[in-house]
Amino acid sequence: MIQFLQKLGAKTLNRVAAVGRAGQLLSQSLIAKPAPMMMLPLLIRQLYFIGVLSLVIIIVSGLFIGMVLGLQGYTILVDYGSEQAVGQMVALSLVRELAPVVTALLFAGRAGSAVTAEIGLMKATEQLACYEMIGVDPMRRIIAPRLWAGFISMPLLSMIFAIVGIWGGSLVAVDWLGIFSGSFWANMQASVSFSEDVLNGVIKSLVFGFVVIWIAVFQGNDCVPTSEGISQATTRTVVYSSLAILGLDFLLTAMMFGDF
Amino acid sequence: MAQLNDTHIEVSNLSFWRGERKIFDDLSLTIPRGKITAIMGPSGTGKTTLLKLIGGQLTPDQGSIRVDGDNVHALSRRRLFELRAKMGMLFQSGALFTDMTVAENVAFPLRVHTDLPESVVRDLVLMKLNAVGLRGASELKPAELSGGMARRAALARAIALDPDFLMYDEPFAGQDPIAMGVLINLISRLNRALGHTSVIVSHDIQETLSIADYVYLISDGKVLAQGAPDQLNGSEDPRVEQFMKGRPDGPVPFHFPAPSFKDQLFGDSQ
Ligand SMILES: Nc1ncnc2c1ncn2[C@@H]1O[C@H](COP(=O)(O)OP(=O)(O)OP(=O)(O)O)[C@@H](O)[C@H]1O
Ligand SMILES: [Mg+2]
Repeated sequence: MIQFLQKLGAKTLNRVAAVGRAGQLLSQSLIAKPAPMMMLPLLIRQLYFIGVLSLVIIIVSGLFIGMVLGLQGYTILVDYGSEQAVGQMVALSLVRELAPVVTALLFAGRAGSAVTAEIGLMKATEQLACYEMIGVDPMRRIIAPRLWAGFISMPLLSMIFAIVGIWGGSLVAVDWLGIFSGSFWANMQASVSFSEDVLNGVIKSLVFGFVVIWIAVFQGNDCVPTSEGISQATTRTVVYSSLAILGLDFLLTAMMFGDF
Repeated sequence: MAQLNDTHIEVSNLSFWRGERKIFDDLSLTIPRGKITAIMGPSGTGKTTLLKLIGGQLTPDQGSIRVDGDNVHALSRRRLFELRAKMGMLFQSGALFTDMTVAENVAFPLRVHTDLPESVVRDLVLMKLNAVGLRGASELKPAELSGGMARRAALARAIALDPDFLMYDEPFAGQDPIAMGVLINLISRLNRALGHTSVIVSHDIQETLSIADYVYLISDGKVLAQGAPDQLNGSEDPRVEQFMKGRPDGPVPFHFPAPSFKDQLFGDSQ
């Protein structure tokens, strides 16, 4: 029993210390004096690796999820004779929930794990230590551009996901199942509000993007510098990010739409 | 007082632990300015650790390290990075940046610490690469180099800024005899011509002694012997003699510390 408590205590302390280190990493990389001339090319490079290279998986997933939504929405709504509302259903579920959440989950798997592995390998091969010895702060050179790139890419990816998803929904509902396209789009326009739905979706994706990329760079920077340590850190990035996304999504949804 | 001014780096009463293992136990040594100091000792005694402590990457548990009179571990993060810009370090693993070509690696310290025009940077890079025999490999990626070539490229990067203070961790490892001769020449020329303070960690005893001004032999967390190369070569101490001649049997253990390490080391010599 005592041993169990001891272990629990040690584990808790470790976690608390890790959160502290993660906060320190954030402050050292972001609050540090920005050097825009040095930063910009690095940021663009990371936007490419983190954002542009995630496009394919985001577009393909968005398309299929939109198509599934169109199909499911139609089969449910047709029973009530309100299949005209399928456009509204597809758009609302995408903009409010599925686009930010699914994009963030895919982003954690595609970009977050890659960032962790890359930084972890840099640590294991002493490249981070070498930057330090050359007198370049790896927090600013390596960590900061990746943090910013993730933070910027995520909302854009999420928007692309929503747009492609809505298009996929219209493919199924309008082109395949034959709903009148005028009512599909008009219903959608009438029910999706910018300030409530779109803005809240963007806020969600900003929060998720920040959390995912923060976890990813922290796990990379904090990993045990061996191949085993890197693989564990990569796994942790995906697991912690996914849990954080789903938990935060509930919290944010309750805050945004919970005023009954 | 003159003696003090000639000290570039002063390590005093340094103790350092790795978990339960004590790597350094009250270690004190000084590195004279403008000289080549060799640090030798059995594998795993903490030579690399000592260089990392001097560079401020590790923090001592006790004692202090002063570079130019500044306590490295009391500096602010910014001052520490400024100090490091004046140091060059060749990592034991090379640590080339894998996302850059060899030329970009060597140019990197020049680009971040100077405002030199691109054409000058290019010429400097070619000169440094020429000095280590890799001018032809400038456009290769680190993954395309052999082990010995990667180390020479890393050496070219370490000397790119002509820093006041250079630390070489195993510069000769994995080099063929010709490259070895070239590197020995290069290191001693850098020191004699430009007056850099150099610290060499190496297991190639005769090569290192041929250019070193002063030698520290470290074992079991302490300085075992020190002096000019001739003094160490002629030492009567069985531990020093064993290490210098590279004999497998003797008071200095070849094995990683086992419980009776201390007894083995000190039992028959003191
Ligand atoms: N990251 C680490 N964590 C724990 N122990 C370590 C770590 N790095 C090194 N050590 C231990 O510290 C000791 C000193 O290591 P160091 O790399 O300084 O040796 P060295 O003298 O440079 O050896 P070599 O000549 O083989 O390069 C070793 O015994 C090693 O077991
Ligand atoms: Mg070493």
